[in-house]
Amino acid sequence: MAPDQIVFWVFAPVSVGSAVAMLFQRNAIHAALFLIVNFFTLAVFYLVLGAPFLFAVQIIVYAGAIMVLFLFVIMLLGVDREESLVERLRGQRPLAIVLGLGLAAEIFVTARASLGLARGPANFDETVNVGGNAQALSHVLFRDYFLPFEVTSILLIVAAIAAMVLAQRRERTTVEAAGEAEV
Amino acid sequence: MLEAAPEMDWLDWILLVARVVVVFFAVLISVMLLIWMERKVAADMQTRMGPMRAGPRGVLITLADGIKLFFKEGITPTLADRPVYLLAPVIAMIPAFLAFAVIPFGTGVTLFGRHVPFQIADLNVGILWVLAMGSLMVYGIVLAGWSSGSNYPLLGSIRSTAQMISYEVGMGLALVAVLMYSGSLQMSQIVASQDRVWNAIPQFPAFAIYLIAGLAETNRPPFDLPEAETELVAGYFTEYSGIKFAMFYLGEYVNLVVVSSIAVTLFLGGWRGPHPSFVAWLWPLLWFIAKVVAVVYLYIWVRLTLPRIRYDRLMSFGWKFLIPIGLLWVLATGAVVVLPDVYGKGALLTGALIVVGAILVASLLWPLIAPRRQSAGETPQ
Repeated sequence: MAPDQIVFWVFAPVSVGSAVAMLFQRNAIHAALFLIVNFFTLAVFYLVLGAPFLFAVQIIVYAGAIMVLFLFVIMLLGVDREESLVERLRGQRPLAIVLGLGLAAEIFVTARASLGLARGPANFDETVNVGGNAQALSHVLFRDYFLPFEVTSILLIVAAIAAMVLAQRRERTTVEAAGEAEV
Repeated sequence: MLEAAPEMDWLDWILLVARVVVVFFAVLISVMLLIWMERKVAADMQTRMGPMRAGPRGVLITLADGIKLFFKEGITPTLADRPVYLLAPVIAMIPAFLAFAVIPFGTGVTLFGRHVPFQIADLNVGILWVLAMGSLMVYGIVLAGWSSGSNYPLLGSIRSTAQMISYEVGMGLALVAVLMYSGSLQMSQIVASQDRVWNAIPQFPAFAIYLIAGLAETNRPPFDLPEAETELVAGYFTEYSGIKFAMFYLGEYVNLVVVSSIAVTLFLGGWRGPHPSFVAWLWPLLWFIAKVVAVVYLYIWVRLTLPRIRYDRLMSFGWKFLIPIGLLWVLATGAVVVLPDVYGKGALLTGALIVVGAILVASLLWPLIAPRRQSAGETPQ
């Protein structure tokens, strides 16, 4: 077996196992930890598939930043008690099954149609990663799709600022009120 | 990444494993010496003797401490979340070691007719690997704080999360400036690009930002709020004892060595330095070690000189000063790198004049804006 296949068969069970284990954890922090393991295995798959930049970014952004934020929020809210298993939404389960099956079918059809599940493995280093993965990616992001990329980033900044403004409005009035009361 | 794999025979594998083992033990020994050095320098600055008994001039003090910690009773608190509690010290330690994988210690040596580089893996995303490992280091602290089932560790770990995430942004910006200037993400290329002048000189603001953020990332004084003993007993590792505490201790110092080594690699020319031509492989290694020791000394010096910073000031310094400066510096570096290529040398001068003009206009307009902002934003102390 080629080294990348060995890596795949070592990490694929870990990936699926951690995903399933995450679903069956009752403690929110334990579930988050399994999700982190899952993100890691995904990062390794990216590496094996010839996308080292994505590998690093997956660890930095998802495993590093977003999950830390998750843990932070869980800890701040003090979710030490286990979540109750009584369903709050009626009919959620059958709807979830239907939608989940739909999603799985969609992914399968997309993968088969556009990526070629049946075809042989594509040689990414020669077709896509011309001059190195990070370089090829930067050409795509900052030349071919420069405008959409920048528009997306501006959109994200606007969303972040909007969230801050919306969250802070009430706080400022209370601070001002407190200041006036002190004066 | 896996591109070298097919041509590797058994000798290559042995050399790779040997490199990993050697680096691992070298890091352990360097941590041992580093803790001794810190105690000796501290003693010297406070006109004390410092550790004297274990070994010549007390050099084995860390070993003695380690053995003591190893044989101490390991206590697991009743309220602790056991698996996570046991996992946290390990997670705190491993990323620090992994970050060493991409650091070049020297040029390399020829063994058995093969070139053996003094670097475990020259990833083509080396800088990102360092950032990734840095971002994972938070987990050890966060999980330790949460799983201890006690309030002081929890508070310490919440502080530490906020602090490390905030300063990671500043550190990332400093690294972005360097990689733009060097034109590569690969550690060996970045060292190679410093053959004329060290990055610390043209990239001085980035260097300063990196050093300050490194201080925060390693939780060292004056940024040691996660373990501020006057407020939080011992912060996130309050409930840890024995070997588990030793792992946190080790991880923290390995982290310091990592941060210093990266500072040396990215800003101080890595292993580069003038050297005589005999035993050519040895001198770069010595240069690297000497530079790392110098940076570590700087960190120890800062620790012994500055008092701890208040938490809100720490955060506002990170967000309102370090990150804006970092952003501006990335912008300036981008201009310096790209403008001469695209528009010729004159464009840089024009650009610089425009920036100076903009600053002047802004400074003229500032008094008109500033008073309004003060009356609205300031809260009574």
